[in-house]
Amino acid sequence: MSTYYAGLLADIGILTLGALSVFVILATNQLSLGNAGFMAIGSYLSSFLTVEMQWPLTGAIVVAALAASITGIVVGFPALRLKGIYLAIATLGFGEMVRSFFLVFTPMGGAGGYHGMHHVALGTIWIWTAGILLAILLLERSHVWLQMRAVHEDETAAGLVGLNTTLIKVGAFGLGAAIAAVAGALFAHHHVYIEPGNFGFERSIDFVLAVILGGSTVGIGSLAGAAVLVLLPEWLRFIADWRLAAFGALLIIVLLTRRQGLLDRPLLARLTFRSARA
Amino acid sequence: MLLQQVVNGLTLGAVYTLIALSFSLVMGILSILNLAIGELFMLGGFVGFSVIAAKFPLPVALLAGMGAGALTAVVIGKIGCEPLRNAPPIAPLLSTLGFSIILQNVVTNVWGSDPLQLPSEMFDERLTLGSLTIGVMQIAIIGITIVLVGVLAWLVQSTSAGRALRAVAENRDVARLLGVSAGRMMMYAFAISGALAGAAGVLISLHYAAITPYVGVDTGLKAVAVMVIGGTTNVWGALLAGPLIGIAEVLTVAYGGSQMRDFVVYGLMILILLLRPQGLLGGARSDLGQRV
Repeated sequence: MSTYYAGLLADIGILTLGALSVFVILATNQLSLGNAGFMAIGSYLSSFLTVEMQWPLTGAIVVAALAASITGIVVGFPALRLKGIYLAIATLGFGEMVRSFFLVFTPMGGAGGYHGMHHVALGTIWIWTAGILLAILLLERSHVWLQMRAVHEDETAAGLVGLNTTLIKVGAFGLGAAIAAVAGALFAHHHVYIEPGNFGFERSIDFVLAVILGGSTVGIGSLAGAAVLVLLPEWLRFIADWRLAAFGALLIIVLLTRRQGLLDRPLLARLTFRSARA
Repeated sequence: MLLQQVVNGLTLGAVYTLIALSFSLVMGILSILNLAIGELFMLGGFVGFSVIAAKFPLPVALLAGMGAGALTAVVIGKIGCEPLRNAPPIAPLLSTLGFSIILQNVVTNVWGSDPLQLPSEMFDERLTLGSLTIGVMQIAIIGITIVLVGVLAWLVQSTSAGRALRAVAENRDVARLLGVSAGRMMMYAFAISGALAGAAGVLISLHYAAITPYVGVDTGLKAVAVMVIGGTTNVWGALLAGPLIGIAEVLTVAYGGSQMRDFVVYGLMILILLLRPQGLLGGARSDLGQRV
């Protein structure tokens, strides 16, 4: 496989994880525009562990995910006070704060960036991506998921039937942050160089775009969305300078005509030759 | 030295005020965060720049920038937001993002991605007051901003169209029952919002005598913070919060290192969101219906 395709595949894997991190939080009706912040935490912490402490990558990823998860829970509690677009703005602010924190954090290179990581194999990236995707697909069939859907549909009603909505919403933030941190750790060890500019607002938006394009109601949509988001600009190379405009137009068209994204439950049922129940 | 920084901060703050008002009109009335406003600001800058480069005076450039912003904003509202009125708020947010991608691409292709520059002597006259030097352009920016905010306040508070706008913001369905055309009001809000962003773009590009297609995102996000800090229900909130953030930013750069400024600005925004979600000058808690 040429390095060109290997690079694209690695991008798809990492973006899939980023998209899943947004998907989990979105499943409880909370939109996060700051997941690049969690990604940055995972990226920098795992790089520190592998480079300075000589840890193996797997251990570094697990610790980075745990640390980001705790941060996610810390962010999730104040986020309970906010709803809808104001929550999105607050998470946006969080992401920008993390980015500017790493700009001034000179022990990890500051604005100059950080390097010294060992390149990770494409296979390792996809083992993590496939594992987490599988875990999310299993989660989607679990009882916990039903509780998350209930919070998504009507938080007050979910609380009235005895669900712990605080736990569910904050837990979603913790889980999403952990997944974003894994994406960040893999990103750092794939590109072997990171700088705060890698984790700006555009990155958070990329994650959200992948979820929305691929399908925001099913976990597998994140994979589809990530593939579209990475491959489409490549396929559109023939229109050269205008491909970003074409991409923007396509995004608007998808939103206007198929708001739930490319994949949804009825389509998946048809693709797998099952009769669409309910 | 301190006073000089305050003047510089006020200039930056004036531009933030205009963009924050541009955000808050669409946000307060339609509950849509229009992410394309950063690019409308950038587009206004390029249009104003071209008009100035063609040897027209500043007022013509300002009007051209405002016109371009208003027209584009109406197109965005018509195509990207009106059909998605009943969708969850994330849908119009992302469709405006689509427009911002398109706008940035189009401007890059039309004007090129290198920074455009004006001959520096063009707006370089400076007044000296003791140890303080103020550029004529700085005075123009602050003056024009005050005039525009005044006009906006008059439009929203004292005209019948403004009353209709506020009625739609309060309750869209009841406003329609009372004979207000909600669709037309929506376009009206988008047009004013675009004009404000365009004006801000013209002013800042002439102030720095340079512009690139990539100025939109950074300034736009900063203006969102200004909108939140000032409060969306009140025109005067942005007039207070804009200079506040502008001065805070300039002082952080002067005394704390330039990298700290984003941290300070967004930290302040999150603090306000948590402690006083209606913003500094927001109204009673009954205004919080849609956010808390």
